[in-house]
Amino acid sequence: MSEKDVFAGSVITTKLKEVMGWGRKNSLWPMPYATACCGIEFMGTVSSYFDISRFGAELVRFSPRQADLLIVLGTINYKQAPILKRIYEQMCEPKWVISAGACASSGGFYNNYSVVQGIDELIPVDVYIPGCPPRPEAILNGVLKIQEKIEKEAKHQKVA
Amino acid sequence: MILEKLQEKFGSEILETSGSLEKSNLVVIIRKDRTHEILKFLKEDASLSFEMLVDLCGVDYLKKSEKPRFEVVYHLYSLIRNHRLRLRVKIPEEDAKLKTATDLWRSADWAERETREMFGIDFEGHANPKKLLLFEGFEGYPLRKDYPMAKRQKIPVPEEKVE
Repeated sequence: MSEKDVFAGSVITTKLKEVMGWGRKNSLWPMPYATACCGIEFMGTVSSYFDISRFGAELVRFSPRQADLLIVLGTINYKQAPILKRIYEQMCEPKWVISAGACASSGGFYNNYSVVQGIDELIPVDVYIPGCPPRPEAILNGVLKIQEKIEKEAKHQKVA
Repeated sequence: MILEKLQEKFGSEILETSGSLEKSNLVVIIRKDRTHEILKFLKEDASLSFEMLVDLCGVDYLKKSEKPRFEVVYHLYSLIRNHRLRLRVKIPEEDAKLKTATDLWRSADWAERETREMFGIDFEGHANPKKLLLFEGFEGYPLRKDYPMAKRQKIPVPEEKVE
C-alpha cells in the first residue's frame, strides 16, 4: 500500500497560521554573530557530527537580511553594541534571537568597564543557552526551544 | 656607559637609577620637564642609538604614598648595539601631560593614544589623539586605580542611517 492510497480521499484540517508556524520552525535560517570561543562550538554544531540540519536549521546565512534567527555567540563589548543592534534591525520580521553562552547572556566573567552585561540590554532575546562555551548539544537544545516557541506563538497568534 | 652619558648631560633630571646594561634591566627614572630632549638624545647619539621604541605605557601609583602619582614608561631597544633601557617619567596628577614622541618613533602613535584614554595623560602634539580601544563618549579613565569597579558606561547607539 503506497502513500497515495493512505491519503486517498482523505482531508487533513488545520489552520493557516499553524501551518505557517510549522514551516517556520522547521526551516530556520540562522545567522551567527560570533565573537569568541562559542563561535567555534557553533561551527561544530553545524558540521557533520552534530549536524544542525537534522532540525532544519542548516542554512547558515552571513547576511542579516536573509536570516530569521540571530545567534549571538561570544563577548559583546560597548564598542560592538551599536554594530549588533544595527544587524538585528536589518533582519526581516519575523525574527528570533538566541543568546549562546555566558558572555552573551550576562557578560560572563567579564565584569568590567568594557563589556555589556548581557545582550538583552540591547536587543530582545528569546532563548538563553548556558555554558562557557556551551556544548553543541546545548546549542541544538536552544534551537529546539526556539522551535517550541515558534509553534506556541503560531497557536496563540490572534488573526488580524 | 649610557648612565655616564646621561648623567653628564641631564644630571639634574635623573632621580634614580637601577639595574645594569648587561642584564638588560637598566632603569632610569627622570623628571618630566625635559623628557622629549632626553628621548631625542637617546635616539640620535651614535653610541646609544635607541632606534626602536618597543613599548610605551602608563602606570598609576595611587595606593603607594609616593608622589607624583603617575608614570609613563618608555621601553627602548637598540638594534645595532643590542642593548635596552627602560625610561620611567614621573607625571604629577595636576599636570598630566607630555610632549608626543611620534616625531621620533612612529610606534609611539597607538601607544600614546592608549595611554591617553586609559590614564588621562595627554601627549601634546599628537597628530590624531582619538580614542584607540574605547568608544568616543567613554567617560573616565578605566585603568586609573580610582575608576569605580562597578561603573557602567552608557551603551552607544548606532549612528544615524545614511539614506
